[in-house]
Amino acid sequence: MSKRTVELELATPGVDASGQPLRVPLGVAEPDLAAEHMLINIGPQHPATHGVLRLVVELDGETVVRVIPHLGYLHSGFEKLGEYRHYNQIIPLTDRTDYLSPMANNVGFALAAEKLMGIAITPRCTVLRVIACEMSRIISHMVWLGTTSIDLGAFTPFLWAFQERERIYNLQEMWTGARLTTSVTRVGGMMADVPDGFVEGLRHFTRTFPKTLSEIDRVLTRNAVWVGRTQGVGVLTAAEATNHSLSGPMLRASGVAYDVRKDKPYLDYETYDFDVVVGEHGDVYDRYLVRLEECSQSNRILEQAIERLPDGPVNIADPRVILPPKSRAMNDMEAMIYHFKQVMEGVKAPVGEAYVGIENPKGELGTYLVSDGTAKPVRWRIRPPSFINLSALPRMAAGHLLSDLIAINASVDIVMGEVDR
Amino acid sequence: MNPSVDALRATFGGSTAIGRALESCGDTIVYVGREALLDVMAWLRDTPGQTYDYLVDVTAVEYRDRERPLEVMYGLRSLARRADLRVKVELDPQGDLTVDSVVPLWRGADWLEREAFDMFGITFRGHPDLRRILMWETYAEGYPLRKDFPLRGRFSRAEQVRQALAAHPEAHYSLEELSIADAYAELPGDMKERLRRGERGTLPDSE
Amino acid sequence: MKRVIETKQVAGQSPNYLLAKFQDLIDWAVNSSRANSLWPMPFGTACCAIEFMATAASRYDFARFGMERQAFSPRQADVLICAGRLPFKLAPVIRRIYDQMPQPKWVISMGACASTGGIFDNYAMVQGIDTIVPVDVYVPGCPPRPEGLLYGVLLLHKKIKGESLFDRVPRRDEQPLDDHGLRLPPEQIDEISEPFGNSVHQFRSA
Repeated sequence: MSKRTVELELATPGVDASGQPLRVPLGVAEPDLAAEHMLINIGPQHPATHGVLRLVVELDGETVVRVIPHLGYLHSGFEKLGEYRHYNQIIPLTDRTDYLSPMANNVGFALAAEKLMGIAITPRCTVLRVIACEMSRIISHMVWLGTTSIDLGAFTPFLWAFQERERIYNLQEMWTGARLTTSVTRVGGMMADVPDGFVEGLRHFTRTFPKTLSEIDRVLTRNAVWVGRTQGVGVLTAAEATNHSLSGPMLRASGVAYDVRKDKPYLDYETYDFDVVVGEHGDVYDRYLVRLEECSQSNRILEQAIERLPDGPVNIADPRVILPPKSRAMNDMEAMIYHFKQVMEGVKAPVGEAYVGIENPKGELGTYLVSDGTAKPVRWRIRPPSFINLSALPRMAAGHLLSDLIAINASVDIVMGEVDR
Repeated sequence: MNPSVDALRATFGGSTAIGRALESCGDTIVYVGREALLDVMAWLRDTPGQTYDYLVDVTAVEYRDRERPLEVMYGLRSLARRADLRVKVELDPQGDLTVDSVVPLWRGADWLEREAFDMFGITFRGHPDLRRILMWETYAEGYPLRKDFPLRGRFSRAEQVRQALAAHPEAHYSLEELSIADAYAELPGDMKERLRRGERGTLPDSE
Repeated sequence: MKRVIETKQVAGQSPNYLLAKFQDLIDWAVNSSRANSLWPMPFGTACCAIEFMATAASRYDFARFGMERQAFSPRQADVLICAGRLPFKLAPVIRRIYDQMPQPKWVISMGACASTGGIFDNYAMVQGIDTIVPVDVYVPGCPPRPEGLLYGVLLLHKKIKGESLFDRVPRRDEQPLDDHGLRLPPEQIDEISEPFGNSVHQFRSA
């Protein structure tokens, strides 16, 4: 890199013998703009970073040489807070980590707490939790679809996707009272049984949702702009994806057929009839196809779950673990004492530890709980799929254009609440 | 009990490498000595019949009982065999929290170990770029997930706001970024010293 | 018939009747234009940002209230909507974004976490963005429903329509950070950040 020097004259405060201001000759290297790399900062406040993510990008012209992600801008101290809360008090915290699929987080935590305490849930609760997980998968993928389309220039799928979300939000609100922060599970059961009209509403949703999916498919999948911007971009091979500990659609799009629902089934997933969607090339286009098809598969699972929803109690019968029904708590002394002890002291877990990983829409969401016999966990660890998926971003983006970086960042499907916790 | 435990004892047994093994809620946990960690992990990843090619998680657990050691937990999984194993290394919570980094074996451990460093203060020897990831680099209150760290932090709220507002939002502290010349002037003294001594970040390159 | 005449005790209002009426007309025109085309700067961090996006989508649609164009550059924004929790690491960022917005500017604090710190009373979270930037409207909720955010926006409209161009007191006085680097005195920050409600009891680990 040759640098020419340019002669400048620097005026210093002072005068020479004749009273004229002193001038000092200074050789300064002329900047070689064609060869220097640029350092630009994207975020943390930026419409296309999907949350408060900061990317420091070294650019050679328009080509990304390196990208260094900076996290922690949404670090909320969840894991520390969990050490000061009873197990049921942690459930509302789980809503706020991955706020795009809150019910799935609730289910993941409840499963881990129940594994720790050695509790088996009722059949009705099992099917309801499957319904909750698959509804969450659909709304999470709809956000991903909408925001990725906006990033790549297509605004209409965002509105269609959010309209579908509103329909699921209505169902969630019907069940739990909240659109987003649902807190639907409790250790040993659910916060409440589904109300009348929920099953019909869900059935209606499963009948009309495929139409929206096919509309989005028609607009995007063979669209020249979409294909041109996503094919061959951000490729990760299967070996790289495994070594980077990716999970979920990121891993499956690279060709690794690993789905927690099939390989380590929970909630009787082995009895449902659905396909695992596996991609081939590991680029952004494959991730889009995988997620789109996963929505169809989730719809399929929802239809089966509605058909097989058994009657019966939704909570287990043990009043030491789950609150007794209010009518009994108001009238029966023993039930009132159980209620009091659970609310004031919490449910004590036996000494031990448990890890449960579920197939979150983003990947494998793991909950690792360590207990020392008290009602508050010693350690609540969230194994965050988005955090680990994002760590592969520098590898995927090196060598691509800046606009491809936005597409790759969108394809990772991050939610900063889970990345930073 | 995962049969890998017996295989481990057969291979490394007789030394202090493999400690006790137990089962908790259906998961197998095996304790490994700090010095032998890297050898044991490499053996678990590369041996046919073990092939733990997927790292699930790296984190640490500190107990409320001050007598109990601080444990660094590694969750390993073999995708093909669908087997899970939890490996733990015990460290003295009042002593030196240093352990070898497994980033050469699984690249997914990169950010997970940085988070364990940020939250617990555990140093991972051989990590390419060990610095804070969730808190800002000059965070002065300590390591948040330690049990002696209070929930609301050590400083008063006004002091926390003051320190937060004084932080430069565009600070570039990664060694990779520092090799890009224009950030040099803003560096704190020790970073300049490290650069002068020749420490550089590494590009994520292929294996 | 008695007509109640509202008197605005505003320092800059002219004592001349006709001139005062003229000033009212100007105020009405300016305030209506400002209120009916507030361009939001969505500083969305967490769950409230999703409800913000839902408010922007077709079901609730705040474009009908004039907030058609979301200004992602603070230089072109009128109202900073802080939607979501604000950790300490993000505090200098929001202060800088607020400083970059040109006058007239307003701030809506959306959600419990932005208003008071919410359920996160711990080492990492700012206990209310009003310790960092001046706030006009607080919208409670976790997250607030889209109707709640719209109500907050309408309250802001009402506040804007009550302002006056001729007010001698600087309407939105730029509050730079003082010598300590703080917007409020340290005692006041400590006082408003104190735990309240359940937080008071939930500080024991075991």
